[in-house]
Amino acid sequence: MTVATLPLRVLLGKVGLDGHDRGIKLVVRALRDAGMEIIYCGLHQTPEEVVATAIQEDVQVIGLSLLSGAHHYLLPRVLALLKEQGADDIAVIAGGIIPDEDIPMLKNAGIRMIFQPGTPMSEIVDSVKGLKE
Amino acid sequence: MQECPSRVTSLSGLEIDQVYSTDVLKGWAADTDLGNPGAFPYTRGLYSAMYRRRLWTMRQFAGFGTANDTNRRMKYLLKHGQTGLSVAFDMPTLMGLDADDSLARGEVGRCGVTISSLSDMESLFENIPLDKITTSMTINGPAAIIFAMYLAVAERRGIPFERLGGTLQNDILKEYIAQKEWLFAPEPHIRLITNTIAYCAQHVWKWHPVSISGYHIREAGSTAVQELAFTLYNGLTYVDATVNAGLAVDAFAPQLSFFFNVHNDFFEEIAKFRAARRLWAREIERRYHPKDPRSLQLRCHAQTAGCSLTAQQPMNNVVRVSLQALAAVLSGTQSLHTNSLDETLALPTEGAVKLALRTQQIIANESHVINTVDPLGGSYYIESLTNRMEAGAREYFKKIDDIGGMVKAIERGFPQREIFEASHRYQQEVEQNERSIVGVNAFVDDVPCSVPTLKIHPEVELEQVTRLSELRKSRDAVRVADTLRKLHKAAITSENLMPYLIDAVKSYATLGEICGRLKEVFGTYSEPIVL
Repeated sequence: MTVATLPLRVLLGKVGLDGHDRGIKLVVRALRDAGMEIIYCGLHQTPEEVVATAIQEDVQVIGLSLLSGAHHYLLPRVLALLKEQGADDIAVIAGGIIPDEDIPMLKNAGIRMIFQPGTPMSEIVDSVKGLKE
Repeated sequence: MQECPSRVTSLSGLEIDQVYSTDVLKGWAADTDLGNPGAFPYTRGLYSAMYRRRLWTMRQFAGFGTANDTNRRMKYLLKHGQTGLSVAFDMPTLMGLDADDSLARGEVGRCGVTISSLSDMESLFENIPLDKITTSMTINGPAAIIFAMYLAVAERRGIPFERLGGTLQNDILKEYIAQKEWLFAPEPHIRLITNTIAYCAQHVWKWHPVSISGYHIREAGSTAVQELAFTLYNGLTYVDATVNAGLAVDAFAPQLSFFFNVHNDFFEEIAKFRAARRLWAREIERRYHPKDPRSLQLRCHAQTAGCSLTAQQPMNNVVRVSLQALAAVLSGTQSLHTNSLDETLALPTEGAVKLALRTQQIIANESHVINTVDPLGGSYYIESLTNRMEAGAREYFKKIDDIGGMVKAIERGFPQREIFEASHRYQQEVEQNERSIVGVNAFVDDVPCSVPTLKIHPEVELEQVTRLSELRKSRDAVRVADTLRKLHKAAITSENLMPYLIDAVKSYATLGEICGRLKEVFGTYSEPIVL
């Protein structure tokens, strides 16, 4: 039996003040080309704005990019807000300049996947697809 | 044996021939296209003796944590032979926000130094002789306010403004195009830029009030030609705006400066710098006929390409930086920042930044490349690449002219789209192994190679917020309100805002308070999204 599956809905964007958007825009294109529905929330989003958009758009995944070193605060904050609003079934993934030693803390806080610089786009696409299972 | 590929391209996608000889330079004339170093059109460099007379300024971009943390780092770099300062500010400062703003949470002191008021600026430059060393400040949206703080520090120390040397980045157009840090719409920002240019022309003669920057355009994924074209077009936009504000070109053009990226394609990068000097000299001459030859000179800073560094096998970055730094020197740059090997992971450690500085010192003192000026001048390959760079930039000039100028082009997302397409093309080439990056898609190994990284302690934020709250309690609130009110009033008119900004910072009005006041008059800005 085959079940028709709806495409994965993914919110992508930049949280915090950092404006480096080269990477996230390439991810937008790669995931869109892989058949996912992408909502791009753009730059300078607060954690509150990210969570509100995610709930409103009924996404299954939030992907956030940070190159400013503020991941230690902003990512757990997004997770906490999702939990507060009963939306912690949404998977949160992150990418950017995130050093190895910060990864255990972020994973413990509930970030599902972290993509560091140099990750092939195909790996990001496959990993996000894998979140559906 | 490896097969010879039929099509070879530069990093930016220019097709490159197997060999270059005289026929490629048909129509090119050594006297008009090349000239002599120190003379129009400056292809070979701005000065006749270049590094034989004076080395480039070794200027490492530095900033993290509190003003005291960064003051210590700057003194460390000076102790190890750095010859100029360059300040990196944190994200809240770059966005004109105080450290205690709710939008600053988690970002204070993270990717640069936190500066909320003149008090922080005083600590940042404590015991640093501002009349003897030049300082570059990478700040754009709130550049005029940070500059006002620098001037106020000098004034308090009794240093006359005309003895201050340094550079304010203050280039907003490339923010909309690439780096994405702005406070207002383009028009009021350009007014603030012309205000700083006019103020410097009158009071701070040795200062570069703008550093027209291609660096960030390239980091966002542009080609070398796009970097060259958009940067020089931005420069011409500022010159136009300042001339329209009533200044003669010779009153300010000698104080303008530029900033370029040095990426991996060695010869293409050198050609880009040479083309930049020639194109600028020709365009300023054609449009404004200046009497002072310094108005024609494109003086520049160079930084090795951050985006070329890899997190994989990070020690390899030392080699990349060395090659890029050599290209910058052979390009005739006036100052240089070399990236540290760990900068794709975090801000650099002391050890990493010292090695990056030593890289410049080795090129200067051991390689002998400085013995003669423009050693590559006259090479068929270099001269033909220089011609192609200039021609490619001129094609973009035409397209932007047709749209109606850079501000309109930005509003339509034109440069943003061109850069995004180039960055996508490059990424595809890497994904399909058409471009090799050692350690990433070629010569990959599983040997772990971790390097120590700099940690920013979370107490920095609390410390800065406490300091700011004490400042707000101890300052003269009536005076603060008065200077802010006067600033607001002047912002509504077309007056030069610099004197009002200087008064405001001297009353210890904070960066966030000043920017907040200006936003009441100037409004804010949202970018067109280009995907």
